[in-house]
Amino acid sequence: MSKFTDFAKARREGTKMVPVPSVSIMPERDLGKAPALECLHLGIDFGGLKAVDDFNITVGRTEICGLIGPNGAGKTTVFNLLTKVYQPTRGTIMVDGQDTAGMDPARVNRLGVARTFQNIRLFNSMTVEENVAVGLHNQHHCGMATSILRLPHHWKSEKYYHDRALELLDIFDMAGLADHEAGSLPYGAQRRLEIVRALATNPKLLLLDEPAAGMNPSETAELMENIVKIRDRFQIAIMLIEHDMNLVMNICEGICVLNFGKIIAKGTPEEIQQNDAVIEAYLGKQKEVEA
Amino acid sequence: MGIKVLSPQTRSTIITYAIVIVAFVAVTLLDGMGLISNSLSGQLVPICAYVSLAVSLNLVVGVSGELSLGHAGFMSVGAFTGVVVAGCLARMGIESELVLFVGAAVVGAIAAGIIGFLVGIPVMRLRGDYLAIVTLAFGEIIKNLLNNFYIGIDDAGLHFSMKDTASLGMNQGTILINGPKGAVGIDKISTFVLGIVLVLITVAVVLNLMHSRDGRAIMAVRDNRIAAESVGINVTKYRLMAFTVASALAGAAGVLYAMNYSTITPSQFDFNQSILILVYVVLGGMGNISGSIVSAAFLTVLPEILRPINQYRMLLYAIVLILVMVVPHTRIYQRVAETLRGRLRKAPADAAVAAEGGEGDE
Repeated sequence: MSKFTDFAKARREGTKMVPVPSVSIMPERDLGKAPALECLHLGIDFGGLKAVDDFNITVGRTEICGLIGPNGAGKTTVFNLLTKVYQPTRGTIMVDGQDTAGMDPARVNRLGVARTFQNIRLFNSMTVEENVAVGLHNQHHCGMATSILRLPHHWKSEKYYHDRALELLDIFDMAGLADHEAGSLPYGAQRRLEIVRALATNPKLLLLDEPAAGMNPSETAELMENIVKIRDRFQIAIMLIEHDMNLVMNICEGICVLNFGKIIAKGTPEEIQQNDAVIEAYLGKQKEVEA
Repeated sequence: MGIKVLSPQTRSTIITYAIVIVAFVAVTLLDGMGLISNSLSGQLVPICAYVSLAVSLNLVVGVSGELSLGHAGFMSVGAFTGVVVAGCLARMGIESELVLFVGAAVVGAIAAGIIGFLVGIPVMRLRGDYLAIVTLAFGEIIKNLLNNFYIGIDDAGLHFSMKDTASLGMNQGTILINGPKGAVGIDKISTFVLGIVLVLITVAVVLNLMHSRDGRAIMAVRDNRIAAESVGINVTKYRLMAFTVASALAGAAGVLYAMNYSTITPSQFDFNQSILILVYVVLGGMGNISGSIVSAAFLTVLPEILRPINQYRMLLYAIVLILVMVVPHTRIYQRVAETLRGRLRKAPADAAVAAEGGEGDE
């Protein structure tokens, strides 16, 4: 309850300073609850370049939201801002109703934001199971002295990590690969492992950066199914960057289009497909094409 | 049944402990039969000390992935603290050598651990080459500080000065640490058995830490810092943890080393000493604990074995170092190693097939 009032208060203050464009793409079922993510006037400058500017978005607690845009539009930069890899120059990021100002990436993760990376970042020399166990790091505690002395609690913890890791790997039928070195996995499996590792941190918001990159159509279809399955099972919000329009249009409930660091359109997949500004951003001006 | 049932992790752990115990039994037996030369038996304690140092440095360089060039500094903190503690305990009337040694080793480890922690706080803000340079500097700072320490003990208690022995103002006490002349008149209480016990403790601490929640976090930070942060791991905490534990273990090894000689000087624990330990780690393999044990033992013994060809022994030492680095990259070695490995573990054959099938998908 207190989290919710905090959120409401911050929102009031946010709107007091500068009015926020009220186009929200939150699905109806999530209305009335603190959103998983809310960005107000978020922006970052690299030198004189406004890489992201006035980025406002609200993502519902169980929403699948797509972030699309041409190359270099600033999509990954938005993810880096949300996870505090970059500190924003302007604006507020609220996760589950809590302001993340001044937090570092580890802290933001503990608050409930997990992510995957465009260029896969696994712990390559560790096994698949260990990768997931690292994701479970903050879900279960076991002190250094306990581990070094191999006290009973250590063995209990190891059992927890092992069981939970296999359970999570089972989402993608990867339990059989548990003892393999993560770096030796084929590309698609590495992408899936990254998602499992992110899920292990028990997030409220999962950020997927091009999850279907390099996958063939049948793998992509399977991935789409799995993304929806993950949302339903864990009841979390998922935000994804993707160039595969088939995937985006089929599973996203809300879509946000970014161009040159600014939001040019927000809405449902149908609305986005009809939007002139989006078509222009992707294909150029229609008249020029015809001429 | 047999070794194949065990996970690769358990298997390598067992092999690591086995190497130490087999070496201990073999040396004890050979010594009993009088087959070990005097010069070699004099090297047994330093070998144990260097093995401990190499294993503990491997925690920083191999497991945590930070290049530290100041390990001898922490070794010297342990060594000199141990000397002072042993001196105090002896003056308090404790005669048991075991108690003296354990007391010195524990306090030495704690002191080195504290110094490691304090040094680590600023150092762990740096990465890569910068971290190497700063740890090198800290090693030198510790050495130069110890060069100016004068510590003595008399009936009134401990006396400390940074000027000279006269300013200690003692009457009829013993000087434990005498500035650049170092510690003199140390009780030689280190034994091979104590050394082996220390090696086993060091190996156990490092291996148990590696295969635990915290160890996985340390290795995750090494493998990919950004990804580790993204799953909620406090990067600085775990780098500092590895550095502090390694420093404490180096301190204990320093006590073992110091208690083997009647005199030690701060200048013994210089940059060259740090590099020597680093060479053991690199040759044994980063993150490979059994490798560190073997290479530290082998490279400490080698100069002694080569003593008959006195003039050329350092030349040969260098050649062996180069060969150890070059040979594993030759095709013949790789083929032989592959065959041996295949013969040792036939169990994961099906797993290998699965992995190959997966790669075919791309």
